Amino acid sequence: MIRILVDPVACDAYGYCAELLPEAITLDEWGYPVVDGAPLAPELVSAARRAARDCPRRAITLRERKSGH
Amino acid sequence: MPNAGDLLATVEHYRLLGHPTDLQGHIATLGPASLPSAASRGWRQGFVAMVEASGLGGRGGSGFPAAVKLALAQVGGPGGTVVVNAMEGEPASDKDKLLLSRAPHLVLDGAQLLAAATGARCVTLCVPEGRRHVAAAVRSAMGDRVAAACAPVPEVLAHPPDRFIAGEESGLARWLESGRSLPSFRPDKGVALRIGRHGALVHNAETLAHLAMIARTGPEAFRARGLPEDPGTSLVTVSGAVEHPGVVEIERGTPLIDIARRALPTGQPQALLVGGYGGAWVGPEHFATPYASFSLRAIGATAGVGVVVVLGRNACGLAESARLVSYLAGQSAGQCGPCVYGLPAIAADLTGLARGEADPGLLVRLDRRLREVDGRGACRHPDGAVHLARSALHVFAADVTAHAAGAPCEHAGRQMQLRFPEAAPRARP
Repeated sequence: MIRILVDPVACDAYGYCAELLPEAITLDEWGYPVVDGAPLAPELVSAARRAARDCPRRAITLRERKSGH
Repeated sequence: MPNAGDLLATVEHYRLLGHPTDLQGHIATLGPASLPSAASRGWRQGFVAMVEASGLGGRGGSGFPAAVKLALAQVGGPGGTVVVNAMEGEPASDKDKLLLSRAPHLVLDGAQLLAAATGARCVTLCVPEGRRHVAAAVRSAMGDRVAAACAPVPEVLAHPPDRFIAGEESGLARWLESGRSLPSFRPDKGVALRIGRHGALVHNAETLAHLAMIARTGPEAFRARGLPEDPGTSLVTVSGAVEHPGVVEIERGTPLIDIARRALPTGQPQALLVGGYGGAWVGPEHFATPYASFSLRAIGATAGVGVVVVLGRNACGLAESARLVSYLAGQSAGQCGPCVYGLPAIAADLTGLARGEADPGLLVRLDRRLREVDGRGACRHPDGAVHLARSALHVFAADVTAHAAGAPCEHAGRQMQLRFPEAAPRARP
């Protein structure tokens, strides 16, 4: 189970993540990412990795979680 | 281990306040801190078992079990420090100031015990700059302890800036490291705090005073007061619409209204603000709720930093809440977008509501903002503001309906009942 973690200190609201992964990340009214808490579907993992890699602030990390909730 | 029977004969009940302030009287009444000359493994294990048996929860806001914090601590070795958090940035709280003025040796004994138990080489006591009376009391106490050989590891005083956020423990560690009060993003709870390369164990001043007492009385005397699930006593600052505002020591589990009555409310309270400015409003139907972590959580509140503010009848809960959230917005460390932009927006919505100037979309928008901001900061600062605002919408629901329909509050515009530091500036972090 993979989950997306946004470091709110590092994040500067570039918003690329929401474009690359709209299925799991939306932007709030100020442009900061809101990650929906649902488990990340397996077919979205590669897009999530790309969102993490392409974040100019390196604010996104993917975490392996032992079990779902 | 200390001779619990002798001590309890002199102090009657377990309590923090009411013992002599000076070192001589402190030792004469309570006995010296039972510090080993060289902490053996056996002593350390005994200390850990004692803290665990006491069930002591942290008194600085989160109520985190002291035994768990001790188990996670990595402060042994050169540079490792026990940090006494007496920042008390909460405007409605006076308990740590009082404790350091009345029982500085209890707080410092607690820090020394933790240093002995963890192998930390230093005790760093943090009092905000500008609190001269408290700093003077601590400095004098530290001097006496050196002269009487009561400070096995050095005790030093530090003065971070006087800001609400400066006492957040990761922000405090950061200030000690770099001179900037900036909380850290810590997704892995349980990761030990560090100051540069060295470990830090941060505890609220009151928590340490309890440790020093428990080490003398034994965990049973502590557990003899309060509730089995949430034992001991607590210092609570009562203010607002009362005749005698101040700090009281209560047993955990005391009904909220009884705590308020200790300060003589000027009339029947409209609501109680419990836990601090990032706490929650509690309405009359829950006034009998026991002051304990689990029972407060059940009604959406928290013991927080030990604050009860009485809101009188002639005040607008929504206007007070708008002012509270504005204050919290101004006290943001300024690091995280949801806090920087979200809190002022929520404050503006509440202000509009209290003034009877709500646009048709206000309540829906406010609800969305509260959901979106919650849990999205590096620290819990924005969460506190969100919970406070949510509790206001719930407890003052009748006012919300009236004001949303365009009727401003008859009390709005009056002098606020809650107190705020003068022109809290948004200073450098």
